[in-house]
Amino acid sequence: MFEQIAFYFFSVLTIGLFLVAVFSKNVLYAMTSLASGMVVIAGFFFLVGADFLGVVQLIVYVGAVMALYAFGMMFFNVTKNLKEKTTSTGWVLIVGVTAALLMTLMFLGAINPDAIYASLPMSDKMTNPEAVGMALFTKYLVPFEVAAVMLLIAMIGGIVLAGKKMDTSLTDIKDEVLQLKDEE
Amino acid sequence: MDALTIGTIIKILIILAIVSAIAGFGTYIERKVLAFMQRRLGPMHVGPFGLLQIAADGIKLFTKEDIIPQNANKFIFSLAPVITAATAFIAMAALPLFPTFTIPKSLPVIGGAIVPSTVADINIGILFILGTMAAGLYGPLLAGMAQSNKWGIIGSARTAVQFLSYEVVTGLSVLAPIMLVGSLSMIDFNDAQAGGITSWLIWQQPIAFVLFLIAGFAETNRTPFDLLEHEAEIVSGYLTEYSGLRWGMFFIGEYANMITISIIAAVVFCGGYNDLAFISGWFLFVLKVVFFFFLMLWARAAWPHVRPDQMMWLCWKVLMPLAVINILITGIVVML
Repeated sequence: MFEQIAFYFFSVLTIGLFLVAVFSKNVLYAMTSLASGMVVIAGFFFLVGADFLGVVQLIVYVGAVMALYAFGMMFFNVTKNLKEKTTSTGWVLIVGVTAALLMTLMFLGAINPDAIYASLPMSDKMTNPEAVGMALFTKYLVPFEVAAVMLLIAMIGGIVLAGKKMDTSLTDIKDEVLQLKDEE
Repeated sequence: MDALTIGTIIKILIILAIVSAIAGFGTYIERKVLAFMQRRLGPMHVGPFGLLQIAADGIKLFTKEDIIPQNANKFIFSLAPVITAATAFIAMAALPLFPTFTIPKSLPVIGGAIVPSTVADINIGILFILGTMAAGLYGPLLAGMAQSNKWGIIGSARTAVQFLSYEVVTGLSVLAPIMLVGSLSMIDFNDAQAGGITSWLIWQQPIAFVLFLIAGFAETNRTPFDLLEHEAEIVSGYLTEYSGLRWGMFFIGEYANMITISIIAAVVFCGGYNDLAFISGWFLFVLKVVFFFFLMLWARAAWPHVRPDQMMWLCWKVLMPLAVINILITGIVVML
């Protein structure tokens, strides 16, 4: 009973928050609702007893959306409404149809519950982090390693793109030298 | 209702009441300690030794006019202080405070209730606490962005920078003790150090302890790293436009976070609430928490602020490599 009330509460909250994130013209509202939506999703994990995944969801997305905020701060005036320039009808159509298809597939799964089963079911002997580790390092080892390599590539790419002038520190340069550089 | 449910409710009320009160009292202690370290007297006029200054400050905060700037985003502006205060207390749900005890049967109504040491004994306690405290940084971030004030924007930019710098160090420094104990539960951390002073994790993990303290100072934005509200540089940062109760909520959140960090340091590294010889555990636990709280005030009196770029340099180029090397060595030792 309690679980069902909590589930519907979180569902309505999540959908509502993400709708605000998509439709709001205000950058601040959009990003705040995105962040809160991500936090609310952690609630679903707690509901089904996957505490570890819930906390990971919380930690990862709190940090990730924080970085998004930093970009929002640099690119937009966050207290004013944003005018979006182009709205391509073609893209809206494609994305809409894909979303509708996905929804249909999801509901098909709900109609036939036998089609949904856990390939690595939880056992009562393991704690939450142990179960996640078991799944990651046995059945899903290859995707896990591929993701790790992808992240490494992203990190190297970031360093290469951002690190062109890393050998000189702007704070260590004397004021006179900085002025000379400005005049050049 | 069963004994445990009543006990849990009592625990929740205790935490809310005591921590809010301590947060108020903490401001008085902070002013007094700073004053003595700087050879001043501190608050002296209201009540004996200025003790009633807290009440005076409280009345002032409650009765101040609530001002929201004209161009500010009103909804987010009023939401931000709530985030800071709420997450600080949510984090305390997984903190062990004192051993489990049973209220004597002779008391009416609540007699026989079992008060657990944590409100929610989830088996991932430490991750939950750190994650919730990280979410608390959204308070300063949103506050700075919503108030349409340049100092506020700089304050929230610094929030993002500070968060992205220290968060890695916090996680990595706690990882080494987690590997030694083999659990994420705060209770397990406490029980692993039950064998007297030599079993404290601080002797096995001195580097992790120092790294965690430094990152903890940054997390609660205490003085060497209080970039967000650096009075000398950016007026008051994200707090510039706040006054009255909203400002007070940020304050309570900050002090609650200081207590949380002190408790984590006491439980994870310094033996938790275990009894030591003839000294009972809860008394020792209070002493440890008070010591870490005092350490934060001491550091504030002794050290100047750092610049944002020094903070990033410290976190990414010094502390993070140290933490990674520490984890590598711990891993090798655990494997052998």
